[in-house]
Order: sequence, then C-alpha cells, then structure tokens
Amino acid sequence: MRGAKSAKWVALAAVVALAATACGGNDSDSGSNDMNKGTADPNGILTAQLGEPQNPLQPANAKESQGSRVLRAIFAGLVDYEPGTGKLVYVNAESVTPNKDSSVWTVKLKPGWKFHNGEAVTAKSYVDSWNWSANVANNQTNSSWFQDIKGYEDVHPEKGKPKTDKMSGLKVVNDNEFKIELNSSVSYFAYKLGYDVWAPLPSGFFKDPKGFGEKPVGNGPYKFVSWDHKKLIKVRKYADYKGPNKAKNGGIDFKNYTTADAAYSDLRSNNLDWIEQVPTTALTNYKTDLGKRAIDEEYSAVQSVVPAFYTKQFKDIDPKVIQGLSMAIDRNTITKTVLHGSRTPADSYVARGVLGYKAGALKEQVSYDPAKAKALIKQGGGVPGNKISIQYNADQDHKPWVDAVCNSIRKATGVDCVGDSKPDFQADLNARDKHQVKSMYRGGWVLDYPVNSNFMRDLYGSKAAGNTSGYANKEFDELANKADKAATLDDTVKLYQQAEQVLAKDMPAIPLWFYKVNSGQSNKVLGKIPYGQDGDPIFTDVQVKKK
Amino acid sequence: MGRYVARRLLQMIPVFIGTTLLIFLMVHVLPGDPIRAMWGEKAADPAQVASLRHEFGLDQPLWKQYIDYMADLFQGDFGKTFGGRPVSEEMGMAFPVTLRLAAVALTIEIIVGIGLGAWAGLRAGKAVDTGVLVFTLIVISMPVFVLGYLAQFLFADELGWLPPNVQDSMNLQQLLLPGFVLAMLSMAYVARLTRTTFAENLRADYMRTALAKGLPRRRIIGVHLLRNSLIPVITFLGTDVGALVGGAVVTEGIFNVQGVGNLLFKALGQREGSTIVGVVTVFVLVILLINLLVDLLYAVLDPRIRYA
Amino acid sequence: MPEPLTDTTLAPGTQASVTEVTAAKDPSKGSGPGKPRSLWGDAWFELRHRPLFWVSAVLLVLLLAIAAFPGLFTDAHPRDGDLTNHFLTKPQLSHFFQADWFGYDGQGRSIYARVIYGTRASILVGVGVTAAVTIFGGLLGMLAGYFGGWIDSIISRIVDIFFGLPFLLGSMVILNAFAERKVYVVIAALAFLGWTTIARVMRSSVITAKQADYVTAARALGAGTNRILFRHVLPNALAPTIVVATIALGAYISAEATLSYLGLGLADPTISWGIDISDAKDAIRDNPHVMLFPAGMLSLTVFAFITLGDAVRDALDPKLR
Repeated sequence: MRGAKSAKWVALAAVVALAATACGGNDSDSGSNDMNKGTADPNGILTAQLGEPQNPLQPANAKESQGSRVLRAIFAGLVDYEPGTGKLVYVNAESVTPNKDSSVWTVKLKPGWKFHNGEAVTAKSYVDSWNWSANVANNQTNSSWFQDIKGYEDVHPEKGKPKTDKMSGLKVVNDNEFKIELNSSVSYFAYKLGYDVWAPLPSGFFKDPKGFGEKPVGNGPYKFVSWDHKKLIKVRKYADYKGPNKAKNGGIDFKNYTTADAAYSDLRSNNLDWIEQVPTTALTNYKTDLGKRAIDEEYSAVQSVVPAFYTKQFKDIDPKVIQGLSMAIDRNTITKTVLHGSRTPADSYVARGVLGYKAGALKEQVSYDPAKAKALIKQGGGVPGNKISIQYNADQDHKPWVDAVCNSIRKATGVDCVGDSKPDFQADLNARDKHQVKSMYRGGWVLDYPVNSNFMRDLYGSKAAGNTSGYANKEFDELANKADKAATLDDTVKLYQQAEQVLAKDMPAIPLWFYKVNSGQSNKVLGKIPYGQDGDPIFTDVQVKKK
Repeated sequence: MGRYVARRLLQMIPVFIGTTLLIFLMVHVLPGDPIRAMWGEKAADPAQVASLRHEFGLDQPLWKQYIDYMADLFQGDFGKTFGGRPVSEEMGMAFPVTLRLAAVALTIEIIVGIGLGAWAGLRAGKAVDTGVLVFTLIVISMPVFVLGYLAQFLFADELGWLPPNVQDSMNLQQLLLPGFVLAMLSMAYVARLTRTTFAENLRADYMRTALAKGLPRRRIIGVHLLRNSLIPVITFLGTDVGALVGGAVVTEGIFNVQGVGNLLFKALGQREGSTIVGVVTVFVLVILLINLLVDLLYAVLDPRIRYA
Repeated sequence: MPEPLTDTTLAPGTQASVTEVTAAKDPSKGSGPGKPRSLWGDAWFELRHRPLFWVSAVLLVLLLAIAAFPGLFTDAHPRDGDLTNHFLTKPQLSHFFQADWFGYDGQGRSIYARVIYGTRASILVGVGVTAAVTIFGGLLGMLAGYFGGWIDSIISRIVDIFFGLPFLLGSMVILNAFAERKVYVVIAALAFLGWTTIARVMRSSVITAKQADYVTAARALGAGTNRILFRHVLPNALAPTIVVATIALGAYISAEATLSYLGLGLADPTISWGIDISDAKDAIRDNPHVMLFPAGMLSLTVFAFITLGDAVRDALDPKLR
C-alpha cells in the first residue's frame, strides 16, 4: 500500500516538475538513478530554502543560521575547514602563522583579491572590519569573538563607552600582511578565523553600515544582487573570484518559507532545489518520497540532558546517580524509532568530525543497561524525590524524544520522569539563565569551530559563560587552562581529551546523540549536495543540470 | 443614528489606549529576554547586551517605554524591529495578504455555511440535516494542521487542481486552498447557527401569517425567514472576521502565506514588543469598526431595533 | 426549493409536542388554570419524550463513567510505553478492550488505554470551559444587550479589547504564571480567553428578543427586570448561545490540543485527548490511527453535547408548544 502510494507521488511530482521546468528528456524517474546523469550548467541557478535573516547582512551580526548562510556565500574569510576532517584550508589567506607561544599571529593575504565593487581586499579591509565589529557601540552580536585580541577592552569595555575605536593588537604591515597580537597564547586561534565574523569589509561599509546591511558587498564566491524582504534573496556567481571555492553554479535564489512542511512540499514537486531540514511529519518516509535525492548527513552537534546543579536535587549528587540515569536511556532504540534515525547515539562529549573527537571516549556511561543503572542509582543514594523532569522548548520538536527518554528512565529505574515544557526557546533559555530549572534540562551545542575545546571549555568550565548548570570542577578547570596555554594545537587537543575523561567520571551532562541533517535535493541538482561540518551545504560545490 | 456612530467612534480612543497598555504589559511579563536570546544557546556578552538594550530603549522603566511608544505612534511611527526595519513596513506587507485571505475565507463561510445551514434548517431531521451535523463533528475534531495537510494532499498532490503552497501571497487563486481550510471550522458554526435559527423561525407566527397570506415560497424564505434568521449568524461572522484579520498562525504556516499570523508568531518568538503591539493595535481598530458595522446591520435586518 | 413548505418540514419532535399544546400553556403568557408547570418543568416534560435526548444522555453517562472509573475499562497502563511497539501494531479491531485494540502510538503506548484515561481531563476541560464561558460571557452579553446604553458600551468595549488579545500571547502570559499546569489552570486560561464570542452572540439575540411583543406586554403588566430577563428574554434568546456553546465545547477540547502543541497545555503525567492529538501530528502521514481514536472520542463527545443542546433548546422553545 505504501509502495503504491509513494509511486503515485513520485509520478505526480515528476508531472509537476515537467510542467514547472517545461523540459523534456528522461526526467520521469525523479527519485532514482538520474541524479548523476546529465551535464553541469555552470550558469544554472540553484534555489534554496531560507528564513528571513533577523539582522542586516553584516558579517559580525549574524548570530542565527539564516543570515550567516547568505553571508557565507557573499564573503570569503581567511581560512575555512575541510569537511570531514575539520582541517584548516586557506582561502583569502596565503598563510596564518603563530609565533613560538601562539600569542602573535602573522597573516599574509593572497594578492590581487577584489571586492565585488572592484575595491582591492587589503590588510586594512580586515583590520578595519574587525575594529568596527568589536566596537561595543556598533552593536554587533558576535563582537565578543574578538576578545582574544589585545586592546579588545578598549573598544569593548564592560561598562561605558569605548575609549578608542582601534584594537592595539592589530597592526597592518603592508597591503597584504598584518599582525594580530593576542592577550595570551591561544594555540587554536587560526581555527577561530574560519567563522563568518572575521570577514573583511570594503571602505564603503563604514560610511553607511545599515544601508550596507541591506545591500552587502563582499569578496566571496557570490555577489549580492537583491533582497526582497521575506520573499527572496538573490546572489550570483562572482566571475573574478580567486579563491579555491569558486562557484560551480551560476548563483543562488534563497527563497523564504514559513515552515519546513511548506518547503518540503515544494521540494517534492521540484519547485525548490534544497531544503534545510525535512519536516518531522515526513521523517519516516522522506527517503521513499525522494529516493536518492534524500540527504542524510551527520554534522558536528550534540544533544544532551543536563542536571541543574544549583537545585536541591542535584546539589550534592553522587555522579553515580547521573551515570545510572544515563545508562537507563536506550539511545539505540530511541534514535531508531522515535527519532526516525535523525540522530546517532553519542559516545563522547565532543561531536564527531571535530578535531580531538575520540570514538568511544564514553563507553559504559552511554550504554543501555537497566540492571546496572538501577544499581548505580542505589549506590549513589538514589535520586532525591525519586522524580526528575526534563525541561525543553515546545517550539521545536523535542517532545517525542523527551517523552521517550523519560519513559526509558522510568521503566529501567523506577525513577519517575516527566517532560517540563516551556512554550518557546526564549522562555526555556530564560529559565536556564536565571537558574529556574526545576530538575534537568535539554542542552545542545553546535560547533563554532572544529576543535574539541569548543565542546568542553565553553560549556563545563566553571567560569564559562555558556555554563548555565552551575557545574564546577577544579581538576577540569586546571586541565582546560593548561590546554589553552599549550604551545601547539596538538598538545591542546590532547590535554582536552584528558579533560574529557574527567568529565566522564563526573557526568556534568548526559550526552544523548549527535545530530544529522535530514534533507533533500531536487532533480535539477547534479550529484549529491556536499555538506560542511556545521550541517550547512557547501553551495559553491553544488552543480545544476543543464536543461 | 449619526450621533450613535459618532459616539461609537469616540469610544475607540479609550479602547485603543487600553489595548496598547494591556499588550505592552503582557509582552513585558512574557518570560524571556529578547536581547540576551539573540545569542541563543551560546554565551551572551553582557557589555553588548547592555548596549543593544539601550539602543532599543529596553533599559528604560516600563512607563517611560510606553509613553515613548505612544508619542511615536501619534506621529505615525510604529517603531522598528530588532533587525532595524520599520514595523510599519512589516505590517504594510502582512496586512494586505491577510485581508485577502480573510476575504476568501469569509466568502466561503457565507456562501457554503449559510447555504448548507439553510438547507438543513428547512429539512430539519432529514438526511441533509444529518449530513451537516456529521460535517460539523468531523471539522471540530480535526485540528487545523490535519485539515491543512489533508487539503494539501487531496487538492494539490492527488488532484493537482491547486498549487500546494502559496508562492505569491497576494495571488487570490493561490489563496483559495488556505482560505478554504481557514473557513472550515467557522463554516461549521455558521451552518449550525443558520440551521437552528431557520428551524426555529419556521415556527414563528409571521411565517404562518406569510404562508397563510399565500406569499410565494421563494419570497417567504428569501425575505422573511432569511432576514429574521441572520442576526446571530451575522454576529458570529463579525467575531470571525475579527479573528480572521488577526491572522491564522497554523494555516499561514502550512501554506507558506506571509500574513499577519506569521508576523505575529515570529514577533512573539522574538519578544519583539514593537511589532506585537503594532499588529494588535491595528487589529483591535479593525475589530471595533467591524463591530460597529455589525451593530448597524442589526437595525437593517430587524427594523424594531433602533439606535439613538 | 421545490418542496412545499408544510408542517412536516418542521423540527423533529414537533408531532410529539403538538399533543401537549392543550395540556401546557405557554407559561410566559401568564398563568393558566390549575397547577401550571414551571418553564423548566415543562422543558423536562418535553425532553423525556425525545429519543435523541436519550441517545445523547446514554452516551454522556457512558463517557462520565469512563472519566470517573477508567480502570474499569482497561488493564493496560496509559503511560508505560514499550518502544518495540513503536507504531508497529495497527489497530486490532477484533481485540475488544485489549491493549492493542486501537494499536500503539509513537512511544509504544496503548492507544486504547490512553483514550480511556484521557477522557477525564478532556471532558473536564470541555465542560468546565464551556460552563464558565457560557455563564460569564452569557451574563455579560445579556446585560449589555438588554440594558444597552453605557452598560452596553462598557461591556462591549471590554469584549473588544479581550477579543483583540492574540490567543498565543494570552495563553503564554497566563499559563506561564503557573508552575504546574493542572486541569483547572487550563480551564481558567481557556475561559479567560474564550468568553467573548458567547458574550457577543448572547448580546445580539437579547437585543432581538427584547423587542418582542410579549416582552413589551410583560413590561406593561409591571413585571420586574429579573422576571422579564430570566422568564421571557432568556428562553427566547438561548438558542444561538446553545448552538455556539455546544460546538465550542468540542473546540475547547481541541484548543487544549493546541495548547499542548504549544507546550502550554496539560502535560505528562496528566493524560488527555488533546495531548495525544497534538502528539499524533507528526505521524499523520503514516499512522493516522494514532490521531483517529482520540479525535474520534472527541467527535463522539461533541456529538453527545450537540444533540443534547438541540434537544434542550427545542424543549425550552415556547413556540413549539
């Protein structure tokens, strides 16, 4: 029955596609083998789903994924990460080299690069951009990314107006070279440079930053064409682009959709070439709907359940109890059933694909063993109140897995467990920030840069701003400190792997699973759409079929 | 009559002030900090939070914020979004879309709802009547998202009559499917209300009189019965127009309509006070006008009702 | 319409009532000889003679019994799920009263057990909100419609403000103020946000009803306001309100589903049809049975109340006698 139904759908989709594209050829089987057939059209336009960016398109102002997706197309930074390994690749930089203790970095640019308006990309374009973005008065949400640079406090004081508009740590040597002096050594500083905020800006920007944000001019593989608010953002291939990631298509039309369901129905009828995420309603059968056009890729993000250590319940808890709770969760079954294979069980605090991820860093802690779970909780003195709740936000699809996790814990250990829903993310976040979580909460982390420190220091360091659970462990703090000061990246990564073992004993959070992208592409795309480590496609490498 | 209308229009002023104040307060007590939340799960930088809060005037005491807002409003300035765009521009894009969608839905409600209800009312207890009852039961027990999904599946995927999604929110033909889904529940109310008042008024004295007078059947039903049965229906439709103009979050979401519901939903998620208060203010003004219209219609339908 | 307009096209039960006409005079027209039944006594007399009344009454009694003693109807546990049952079992329609009768949901829980255990909260919400809304909204609407003038102005404008309140905003503010979302909290929130439609419908029908000759007559005879309102106006103005209220009863149970969907409604360990309908939304494509059963129970409940409402309205209608 299902087979017949989906066959009908596929056929229907094909009919619609034919009508829509008015093309002949043998596209009738939209679901299968023809994905790799056909020739690429270097000028073919790709249509992709996008929500309305919340802020003007300024590089340091895109805290959310929608704006940064466009910015990444328009701007090229100094470096980028190689998908799969997370290794560093030079883009606009010819080299980024540290001094002996990684406190001063020298950046050399590839000469001859131009912004889309013809202006040369120089060392000054970077230094000016960073100085402006770091300035607290310019209200850029990502300004704190510059905090490692010497003189950051002068442009970004904790209180009051900035003393100056330049960071003393940034020095232009010549048009194609500048130096970055840091407050202390950061061995993985070059890795941070892959984030959008470090993009250069043309001189025109500083005259009218807001106007620029509506009509940005970048140095990336695509040039900005138009932004029809809440409808369409158009970018087109920049022919003179000199970077390694030249666009293999003619441009992208970012179409606005209000919901994943709406986007999905357009994808199925090939009115749209790429969607962000398959809606939950279609997770069970998007692979049947789309055949080989389905996309199923893991990316570097982890979901966990975090005990609120400031509550009476978890204040003086024995880590054994948390480990017991962790072992009461049947990750394998839940990911396969309730989550429809959209996640894979986690075996580490660090997500896969990140430098320093070690398969099996957590073993027993994350394996399902009801008997042992029960025993451990008993040994640890039990869960105070014998009832826990997991706080989550209902505006995203968390309820099914929260219910399943609770059910699993309840069945395995007899500890009662319920979901504690907050209507939306802001309400959820607010309770976490204000330490109002009653028992435990849903935690999640998507990588900022692919080094394991990002998954630990920023979450479990006792003073880390991202640590909202009230967890503190001296041993971990010391190791993390030592790791940050290590001379080489290798040492940093290794020390953090040691630190992870400290966490494994102490269980500051129960890692559940790693995220996957479940998406799809239309039959107009040639080959598979490649993905980066952050779960976003590498649009420049997408090829569109010739009509 | 003129004085009555003038009085009603004057009453809009306190309602307007009351509503803005109420919404202002409600947005304020919503849990969450819109500025802090811009950082999402990641750590927020307190200095930047403070600076942004200052930019949007959120560091002021609440009464000051309200007075500033009202002062701007009287100069026609609805404020700006967190993205820095004028709220009036956002509303200018959303309201025309929603008005179109509302018009489509309302037309369907009136034609189908009253038609079905009248038919059932004339034959109370017969198959049509039962049919309307069953239809009502189905529509009530099915949440909108299911209705939307089914409509999409049936009319777009299976029959291919209409596009599944709205590509151009201003295109009336594309708004047909979401309008239909949006109209469903209210259609059930309208049909049941019409049916009941019809069935009831059939027994009224004036019907017997009309019948006895030998008036043609068409005239009896079209003039006497319909006119006398419409007041509750019109009242309900009036409240429904209000609801429709307020936008339909779920329906707009399913069909990708960029209307008021969607705007309000996003603004609520971001705790964007300026947009929320702006939308609701316009919305309440529309409701006031519609209610005035409905009250005046009572007098048209029932000559015994007079307004001084 | 081709058919002639004859008496047979009148509402069901007309024949039955015709025979009563001689016995019971319309109480609103004053007192008759002997011992006249009260208006409500009359209504009860009417009701007893309607088959549809009995159908809905039996159904309601059954629903109330399920709500009161869910344990009598199933052995399965409504909260314990077994993921090996994840959507696996489709409804086994021959397995009467067994755990897999209606199949299993996404969490591997028995849908039959959940439907049974969800009855209490759902009916409480539906009836509770409807009662609150009808009494409060109905009263305000009646006052506004009957007295008109500044009373009407004040009440109507308050209605306008409340009507302008977006449901999402209102429910977020109210329901967030409570640490635990018990059934009565949800009832209060839904009633607070939902009373305006009834108020307006009641106002309109009172405006119509108060113009009627018998009201003028009663007033001329010196009847007090209370007597006019509750004896003459209300019975004649009740029909639209009953229609809206009985449909709304179902809509409120659905609204609870919307609230659950928004993370603001009832939550585990409470069980309700609303929670299950909202949970089933993701499965609607492949496993529609997960939604079918709670939604079906909801329909059944609404059917019972609508039919009861119709019967009560007909019984109360003096024109029928």
